[in-house]
Amino acid sequence: MGMTMTQKILANGSGQKSVTAGQFINCSLDLVLGNDITTPVAIKEFEKMNLSGVFDKSKVAIVPDHFTPNRDIDSAQQCKLIRDFAHGKEVENYFEIGEVGIEHALLPEKGLVVAGDVVIGADSHTCTYGALGAFSTGIGSTDMAAGMATGKCWFKVPSAIQFNLTGKFSKYVSGKDLILHIIGMIGVDGALYKSMEFSGEGVANLTMDDRFTIANMAIEAGAKNGIFPVDDKTLEYIKDHSEREPKVFAADDDAEYDQVININLAEVPLTVAKPHLPENTEAVDKMEKVMVDQVVIGSCTNGRISDLKAAADILRGKKVKKGVRTIIFPGTQKIYLEAMEKGYFKDMIEAGCVVSAPTCGPCLGGHMGVLAAGEVAVSTTNRNFVGRMGHVDSKVYLASPAVAAASAIAGYITTPDKV
Amino acid sequence: MKLEGKVFKYGDHIDTDVIIPAQYLTTADPKELAKNCMSDIDKAFAKEVKEGDIIVGGINFGCGSSREHAPLAIKGSGVSCVIAKSFARIFFRNAINIGLPILECDEAVNDAEKGDIIVVDTDNGIITNKTKNKEYTTQPFPEFLVNIINSGGLINSIRKG
Repeated sequence: MGMTMTQKILANGSGQKSVTAGQFINCSLDLVLGNDITTPVAIKEFEKMNLSGVFDKSKVAIVPDHFTPNRDIDSAQQCKLIRDFAHGKEVENYFEIGEVGIEHALLPEKGLVVAGDVVIGADSHTCTYGALGAFSTGIGSTDMAAGMATGKCWFKVPSAIQFNLTGKFSKYVSGKDLILHIIGMIGVDGALYKSMEFSGEGVANLTMDDRFTIANMAIEAGAKNGIFPVDDKTLEYIKDHSEREPKVFAADDDAEYDQVININLAEVPLTVAKPHLPENTEAVDKMEKVMVDQVVIGSCTNGRISDLKAAADILRGKKVKKGVRTIIFPGTQKIYLEAMEKGYFKDMIEAGCVVSAPTCGPCLGGHMGVLAAGEVAVSTTNRNFVGRMGHVDSKVYLASPAVAAASAIAGYITTPDKV
Repeated sequence: MKLEGKVFKYGDHIDTDVIIPAQYLTTADPKELAKNCMSDIDKAFAKEVKEGDIIVGGINFGCGSSREHAPLAIKGSGVSCVIAKSFARIFFRNAINIGLPILECDEAVNDAEKGDIIVVDTDNGIITNKTKNKEYTTQPFPEFLVNIINSGGLINSIRKG
């Protein structure tokens, strides 16, 4: 029986000719990631093993991005703890303010992940790197500790759902609309324990930024990973960002899938997810009028340069509705600089937005844009759970940068062609 | 291992943001985390929960963020076991890795109500609802996971080599 793309990578990573769904394997890791929330717990577990160092100083990445720049004394203490650990263990990929970015925007940009890698990260959105044709998945702090110690992680080999894409997006529609549309179709546990494998001629019409956004939210359908085939765009991206050689794997022609879902990209509408689950999706033009208090554009899901461009193109020469707090979060320092040089930030600031340093901040109700009781936000982030961005009685609508920017101008959730 | 406690019952898709909201993630101390466990959907939980009590949830329990603080908060609040129809995969790994017993059983979840007394025999995978006078058998964990659990979690299993 043939293997899926994910199974091929896991077979290679565990030194076997083939693996089958349901099998438990121990896999060698190409990268182990943690952030300022999950790494302190991992350090506590790591220290129980009394080891002198991590398995490979070049294969651990620690990115303090959640409550940074330090939100309060407690988060400053947590960051100090992981900084001391990173320096003490000579972790090569430790990034502080000035060079830090939101982890899942930063690592591909730094060339730390290439196709064929096996990556674990103590952050659920680690699945982002499936865009590069890597197997990457979120795990917890104890798994991170074990990974830093041994360079290995156990996995149960997943089965897969194949998403066969055809066609091209219509105007303003992006990867965010597609992934929200898919989660709406299959539900927040629709791919539980499984791989989401994207394929078909439509893949070529997706930009790398689209693919990062789509793979990033595989976890919101419960998936273990989301993965794209490696094509010319992937190889070009990897060549531009990394000195490492990609290892290209493709699904076998006779690979078995639990389900095959065909999607014509031309039929995907501008989509939002209403509170309080990412599966509560609706086409924007079918929605009732929802007034908004805050708009957030950025995050590991949508803080890349094409996301900022999409928003700037709509905001240019216009004003955000008075009273709608519009906050922009670029993913990394490099993206920040590029958006500045290309004039996107000028467009945004003149429209009445504020531009923040790269941080996960408001996405998880951490800081830099927390919601009060009764407030409504439209956000390009990834979760709209109860209390996710602040008060338990606040509401979050998930959307693309284009819809978020249009909504900032209108003061209610709307499509870009209406503003 | 035999566990016994009263039931706290919740619905489907109980996410890690409601198990422990992000604003409290500046500590890794289970007892500190427990003070705010479930607070966004059940303000009474932290006050009413007693050592040994059991959380019962629907499908996809523990979905969302990878924060290990979620099972740590549950464990720190004294909860002895979580029974659900299904678990989100990162929560599942985290619970196994830190030694929080978890079981999947649709029927036990359907029948359980808040305040019921449930006894769990983790070795044999048997759940008994004493209040309802019903017994349920769950699928045993695969041997691979049993070895981690019996070692006392992932780190101990690595230390033992």
